[in-house]
Amino acid sequence: MSAHAAKRPFRPNWGARAGWVLLGIYCLYAVGTLEITWPRFLIGLDNGARFLSEMVPPNFQRWKLLLEGLFETMQIAVIASAFGVALSLPIGLAAARNLMPAWATWPARAVIAVCRSFHPVIFAILFVKAVGFGPLAGILTLIFASIGFIGKLFAEAIEEISLKPVEACRAAGAPFMSLLLYAVLPQVLNRFIGFATYQFDANMRNSTMVGIVGAGGIGGTLFSAFQRFDYDILAAILLSIIALIMCSEYVATRVKAVFND
Amino acid sequence: MTDSATPRKWERFTPAQRLARFGVFLSMAVLLAVSMRTVSVIPEFLWDAPTQMADLFRRMWPPDTASYAENVHDALVETMNIAGMGTMLALVMALPVGVMGASNIVRVPALNWLSKLILVSSRSVNTLVWAILFVAVFGPGALAGTVAIGFRSVGFCGKLLSEALEECDKGPIEALRAAGAPWPSIFLKGYWPQIAPAFWGITLFRWDINVRESAVIGLVGAGGIGVALDTALNLFRWQQVALILLCIFAVVIAAEVLVTKIRQRII
Repeated sequence: MSAHAAKRPFRPNWGARAGWVLLGIYCLYAVGTLEITWPRFLIGLDNGARFLSEMVPPNFQRWKLLLEGLFETMQIAVIASAFGVALSLPIGLAAARNLMPAWATWPARAVIAVCRSFHPVIFAILFVKAVGFGPLAGILTLIFASIGFIGKLFAEAIEEISLKPVEACRAAGAPFMSLLLYAVLPQVLNRFIGFATYQFDANMRNSTMVGIVGAGGIGGTLFSAFQRFDYDILAAILLSIIALIMCSEYVATRVKAVFND
Repeated sequence: MTDSATPRKWERFTPAQRLARFGVFLSMAVLLAVSMRTVSVIPEFLWDAPTQMADLFRRMWPPDTASYAENVHDALVETMNIAGMGTMLALVMALPVGVMGASNIVRVPALNWLSKLILVSSRSVNTLVWAILFVAVFGPGALAGTVAIGFRSVGFCGKLLSEALEECDKGPIEALRAAGAPWPSIFLKGYWPQIAPAFWGITLFRWDINVRESAVIGLVGAGGIGVALDTALNLFRWQQVALILLCIFAVVIAAEVLVTKIRQRII
């Protein structure tokens, strides 16, 4: 018979299978290092059950403290987003390789890389040491986190634009600011607004966290409730964080809808 | 009527649109102003910040490279294991939830909503907060960190996965169904080849994020390099802190380069 009849419709891919096997071996090794034992698992289940039973019902009696924390979280997110976006605009522009010379792109890219590679919590620790406990450290942290994240996205968006309008403006002798305003900005404005609303959302999430290391916001209340084993208050705080983030996600979608038509 | 006398005026936006935009800008400005007025910031501390930062960096230099072998290396390996296993755990949990959320596969709106609820609550809670919860459950250590990373990543992976599933081309699925293929074959030969690039892209992207996050969850006791960092911070051993920060930086950059290279190869 011909070879075609014997050919299987789905040929095995030996490279991919070897990859799966390697992945499996790594998983076995890594799980081995985690020291998961049956008694520990049972203790964990027991602890988890007690933990959950203490969380219900959530204790909203100290709602004043809760509201204060949420308000501070919102303040941190709003201020950090405003300054973060404002600072990322020039840095992102300076990092765009199609508009800027190499002496401008390299420093800007280095700033973005450093801001991106450290987790906000590490920045928060350093800023808490530098400016003391409180929302100021949180604001500075999230400004740096915003620069790292949207600075990169801004730069990529600018690098993807069509250069024809830019050349036309240049040929007409437009100065640099007009070039930006009339050739670059119209092409990227919608994406910028998308990034900025996303960053506001991300800052809202992160500002609930920076408080854990003392940088202001609801995170501090959360961590102290955890350390005092007040799990019913912890549950109340978690529920209000989720509610706050859902609200901010809804607002971000609405704002994007306003600008996208 | 007045076609030649008054030239028609074209406008990019309707008055309602312009009003909406103005409203958004106005409320942003008001929010910012209110926040700036009410936030409890002590300006002296801000002016003092550059001095303090300079002092901090002076104490950090030079990094204490001698202590790498004894308390940084093992913690770094543990961090990578937490990131890898957390991502695997997330994928195992994200597959069923993602399939449940894809409205073209599971045609029960209630299940779609349930999946969406699971994914949103997973994403709303920060990794650090998940880590706190699981440290309370499992006790301090890498296990709590792994589970925390997994639970946080489910929301991310599941959402992208169910979006990828919803964008699948119906042709191959209908062909398989017409040929009488059972459900596992439809999934494996119809859906999987279509979502595989997206799946690996999501995995790599999330692993990259998890490497960063697993470096800090140790601050609340969930294992990895963060524990060493926390100890060094509490003992004010700034030169050791500098070494740990440099190591985290190197690992994060290496992970990002690796992910970029693999993405170019397989996608």
